[in-house]
Amino acid sequence: MRRSRPSVNAGSMADIAFLLLIFFLITTTIQSEAGINRKLPPPKDDIPEGFILKRNLLVIELNSKDEIMINDTIRKLSELKRIAMNFIDNGADCNYCKGAKDAHMSIHPDKAIISLRSNRDTGYDAYINVQNELVGAYRQLRNRESMRLFNISYDELKLQYSKTGEIAIKNKLKTIQEMYPEKISEAELKQ
Amino acid sequence: MGKFKQAVVRDLPEISTASLPDIVFMLLFFFMVATVMRKHTVMVENELPVADQTEKLEKKDLVMDIYVGKPSSRYKNIGNEAVIQLNDKIATLEDVKPFILEQRAATREQLVPFLITSLKVDKTTNMGIVHDVKKELRDVHALKINYTTRQGNVLTNNR
Repeated sequence: MRRSRPSVNAGSMADIAFLLLIFFLITTTIQSEAGINRKLPPPKDDIPEGFILKRNLLVIELNSKDEIMINDTIRKLSELKRIAMNFIDNGADCNYCKGAKDAHMSIHPDKAIISLRSNRDTGYDAYINVQNELVGAYRQLRNRESMRLFNISYDELKLQYSKTGEIAIKNKLKTIQEMYPEKISEAELKQ
Repeated sequence: MGKFKQAVVRDLPEISTASLPDIVFMLLFFFMVATVMRKHTVMVENELPVADQTEKLEKKDLVMDIYVGKPSSRYKNIGNEAVIQLNDKIATLEDVKPFILEQRAATREQLVPFLITSLKVDKTTNMGIVHDVKKELRDVHALKINYTTRQGNVLTNNR
């Protein structure tokens, strides 16, 4: 007669694992940190107002009721991206722009400045919405040009650069950035 | 009749729970890998707004966090106005500059240009205090900032 060996009772293993699991469940913050990157202007660097033509300036104002005013008319957030893109890409004097070449909008993406003004009582979420749409506008234009020149989107290039860090890719990124430089100026707040 | 008696008496076979630990361990490993431990105890309400044109914050050790928001329910004695939190304590606007300089001093010199300030601002905050913080940051040349957000469509960013 063969005797079976006594087995170790593994019944409590589940309990121990559950304990650990619950600990990690509680401490977890799964969301990886992401956000809108911005570069602040260096101190005491105001826009040289006198040098900017009115057509090269898109004034976006956020009032205390979180309404968006573009060149003195109230607009919806959903329109903002298209307006910004039309403005940046207008390119009366730019050979790669695909805009309308309107005489009242920017001459060249390099000259086009978006001035974002906000009130002290503007909500942060409204402000982020606007920033998000503006970044979106630039990104879409950059993607388009990157597709045309290098047959690869700007986002994809960025991803490749962060993985490989190749100089060639960096130069490509730089080319695109120079074609559509992000020029968002944030004027001092109005009281 | 006697034929069936045996069938009534017999117990149902027990369900084996031997694979339960395996399943739990699998979940456990998933959470262990996916976990990012909270760096600070956040003492302010901190519901971030959503955005979709975001970039990931890499190199966690080069990120300086500034929290802004109303004091959370446990710290209501501080008041109801939005406040700034640096490290693990509520701070004032004047503390921002020393905080940045301190963080900078603690970083290796060649990495200092890559330091980035992550503004974790509650979405119900007004722009006034955010702008004050930004002004302080400009003064100490901490120009790279990140408005930390959650992933989502901006058109649903209502209060």
